[in-house]
Amino acid sequence: MSARATPPRRGAQRTLGAFVRKELHHILRDRQTLVILLLMPLVQVLLFGYALRTDIHDLRVAIVDPSPDARSVRLRDRLEGTPRFRVVRTATTALALEDLFRRGEADVAVVLPARFGESLGRGEPTEVLLVADASDPNTGTIMQAYVRAALAGFEADVTPQAGGPVRIRVESRMRFNPTLESANLFVPGLIALVLTLVSALMTAISLSREKERGTLEVLLVSPLRPWQIIAGKVLPYLGLGFAITCLVLLAARLAFRVPLRGSALLLLAESVLFTIVSLSLGVLVAARTESQRAAMLGALVGTLMPTALLSGMIFPIASMPGWLQPVTFIVPARWFVVIARGIMLKGTGLAYLWRETLVLTGMAAILLVAATRSFHARLD
Amino acid sequence: MRTLRFLLRKEYLQIFRDRLMVAQLLILPCIQLLILANAATFEVKRAQLVVVDDDRSAASRGLLERFRASGRFELVRPPVSAGAADEAMLRRVAGVILHVPPDFERELVRAHSAPVQLVLDAEDGAAAGVTLGYAQRIVADYASELGATLPRSAARRAPAAALDVRTRGWYNPGLDYRLYMVPGILVELVTIVATLATALSIVREKELGTLEQLNVTPVTRGQFIAAKLIPLWSLGLAALAVGLIVARLAFGVSIRGSVVLVFATASVYLLAALGIGLLVSTIVETQQQAMFVTFFIVLVYLLMSGLFTPVRSMPRWAQWMTQANPMMHYMVIMRAVMIRGAGVREIAQPLAALAALALAVFSLSVLRYAKRSA
Amino acid sequence: MTASAARAEPAIEVRGLTRRFGAFTAVDDISFDVAAGEVFGFLGANGAGKTTAIRMLIGLLAPTAGTARVAGFDVATQAEQVKRHIGYMSQRFSLYEDLTVRENITLYGGIYGLSDDAIAARTRDLATRLELERELDERVGRLPLGWKQKLAFSVAVLHDPRVVFLDEPTGGVDPMTRRQFWERIYVAAAEGTTVFVTTHHMDEAEYCDRVSIMVDGRIAALGTPAELRARFGVGTMDDVFVRLARPGAAA
Repeated sequence: MSARATPPRRGAQRTLGAFVRKELHHILRDRQTLVILLLMPLVQVLLFGYALRTDIHDLRVAIVDPSPDARSVRLRDRLEGTPRFRVVRTATTALALEDLFRRGEADVAVVLPARFGESLGRGEPTEVLLVADASDPNTGTIMQAYVRAALAGFEADVTPQAGGPVRIRVESRMRFNPTLESANLFVPGLIALVLTLVSALMTAISLSREKERGTLEVLLVSPLRPWQIIAGKVLPYLGLGFAITCLVLLAARLAFRVPLRGSALLLLAESVLFTIVSLSLGVLVAARTESQRAAMLGALVGTLMPTALLSGMIFPIASMPGWLQPVTFIVPARWFVVIARGIMLKGTGLAYLWRETLVLTGMAAILLVAATRSFHARLD
Repeated sequence: MRTLRFLLRKEYLQIFRDRLMVAQLLILPCIQLLILANAATFEVKRAQLVVVDDDRSAASRGLLERFRASGRFELVRPPVSAGAADEAMLRRVAGVILHVPPDFERELVRAHSAPVQLVLDAEDGAAAGVTLGYAQRIVADYASELGATLPRSAARRAPAAALDVRTRGWYNPGLDYRLYMVPGILVELVTIVATLATALSIVREKELGTLEQLNVTPVTRGQFIAAKLIPLWSLGLAALAVGLIVARLAFGVSIRGSVVLVFATASVYLLAALGIGLLVSTIVETQQQAMFVTFFIVLVYLLMSGLFTPVRSMPRWAQWMTQANPMMHYMVIMRAVMIRGAGVREIAQPLAALAALALAVFSLSVLRYAKRSA
Repeated sequence: MTASAARAEPAIEVRGLTRRFGAFTAVDDISFDVAAGEVFGFLGANGAGKTTAIRMLIGLLAPTAGTARVAGFDVATQAEQVKRHIGYMSQRFSLYEDLTVRENITLYGGIYGLSDDAIAARTRDLATRLELERELDERVGRLPLGWKQKLAFSVAVLHDPRVVFLDEPTGGVDPMTRRQFWERIYVAAAEGTTVFVTTHHMDEAEYCDRVSIMVDGRIAALGTPAELRARFGVGTMDDVFVRLARPGAAA
């Protein structure tokens, strides 16, 4: 199917309009891709909000008690009674522990020494061994902390003391996100992801497909100017990106009450900025690659992966190794995520976000120039 | 079968001539592994702390010192006013504000109890929770320390702790989160390679018309599918091998259990992954669609596989759904074998589930693939 | 069935073949025979149902009603056997562009069950006949269009099929190249292969032994080019076609 360029009848605007309509038509006709583009972010919102948690609410405890007595049984009862704990095995030797852990059937094991009750009764320091499956170091330390707390509670019960003569009460306040809603963290990044997907990935694929089919050449020799061709290609995806973003924001608002405390207008403007950056990247990828597949791969590695992994949308940048953190500076999404979170969660405006906005503007300027230039090069 | 031999030859030729495929199979996984393994952690390092000290007493200074010495908090500047602290938080200079009220020390001496306020930037709710936990520990330790030193009735002397709790972390003594992440990332790698490559390969033939050509020949459905899958299956294993080597070289991560078992279970898993790619190819018409649909499916599977967040932390209904996720089962197996050195007996259950799923997916996609449209 | 008896029966027998897609009838009750060794032109405008009909004959689409026998086998119930005895060249040539000429030949030879020796022999033979000796180890993607077409056709008849189906085989080349292509078709027909070809170019219709013209899913005309020209009182097949394509034209 070749695109026949219409001769400009009543000005270039008319032609551009027709061109944009044709592109839009293309997009809307490809039902499957469209469905995925709409569905993917929505599903992600739901998953991140409802299913993906890091807290532990089912800790499987194995207890080794070589010589059960009144006190050790009391400890065991206490552990059983602790919410979140589930005692999966009580044994008299530690032999089965290895097996239990290997099977992934226990998370921690509390190993009591022989004659536990006696030793405790005499007021001697009694060693209790706490073995945790530290495969996942994060949860490993958290689980240890939970068990320690339970043990400390037992200790307080059993030994005659007033639980410490001095208490400092900690009144805590979780600012910007009192309910600790995980969706609040992810949604701004999700917007970046969606915009990247539509602006960078789809643009790259669309342009490279035209290049492959040869229809791009037809366009280039038409009366349409290069910037018009780019605009025509790009505007529909811009519109699509925004439509999806609004959908995501709406869904997040409805399902998780994700706030938008700052200026919606500012968010929109910043999104436009970010989209320009992504679009330029998409155009560059298409210009530099020879086939559709290469464009796909290039866009995936060059835009989508960094956005997902290095923007801070899922994995906090502060948690990354020292050498990796500066690398994230070249990922546009990284800056956008900060901006979006600032506007949505903190309610801040340009006064606090001017630095990040400046960076994005700079990126947009450079990439836009590079993209238009690479396009011009195709002419000869 | 002779036909199969010819088809296989064509497939291998095409794969090795395709520079993109080689990049996809070798370079992409490596990049992913290197970046992801380093980036994918939720470990909370040091929190940026700013203090509003309205007491300026020995007690409050002692508390500050405790925070500073803990190694978990970094005091970003000397104590400031409440307004400045708020600013600092808005500017993202500080993530935690500790507010010591004016009569802190006096209250402690008088009533043995005083409050402090902690405000945390809870943008990242989970991290804030962890940070709060650390802070509470520090405060509690400080409190008991004070209890020992404060002048009061000797009768209230805190006795020596009766329980001496020693902790041991198994399987990951260095607490290196990369050790934990690498097996999972390898699973993800292998999946993307297998599923995406399969879907794209078949759909490309559809787009070019060579699939139609093959459908007109005596080549059977089984032969065609086998010819497509066998090379990609072998390449999936190759990608796994490359990944393992890179993991060893870059992170020092090695297999605690049996290498043979790792590859044997990978073979079963690949059947499921390839089957999904095959299924996708029967649903879509263009390469672009293939990419998006595969991407979507793999993404959902990935998020629900326990790679980033534990399956056991999910709500019941979500955990139930993951049973149908081959990636989840394979994740369990890989972690068990690589990190905990499990053997066949210990992974029998997830392996059986995996095999069942592979069979189901495969049957479904083979049935859907028809040489002739009805 | 003995070989001679097999030769005697028509290579293609179509009786009341119909294909519906929901409410739309793409192929409406068509019937015709094609004798062994004939060069049969299957013409019609775009959307007339040619492609649908051909897809049913080669076993890619199941008929809604009616029967068709190709190379002695029923397309509805014995599709796989049909495929063993036919060749096919599609509009897009369907050779693997990233494989060499030799590799393409080897692949299809192997698929159709030719022995390694036979494959080697045919490869040499083909290379000589098509003057592709130096290009044997070139990727097909690098060949000019005309050569790709020649090659695709030769690969389609590599295994000596009883019938070869050609779907618009000469798109996009100059008349000289088309003429050369048709010479190959004649050679194949002379060797006993039935050639079933669809085409847009009405001048190619003149090259056929007999042609049929489909309009709106039905066969509007069937006969030798000479017969049809006479029937409609026109000088070229082009005009025959124009006559038929006009609404209300009598068959």
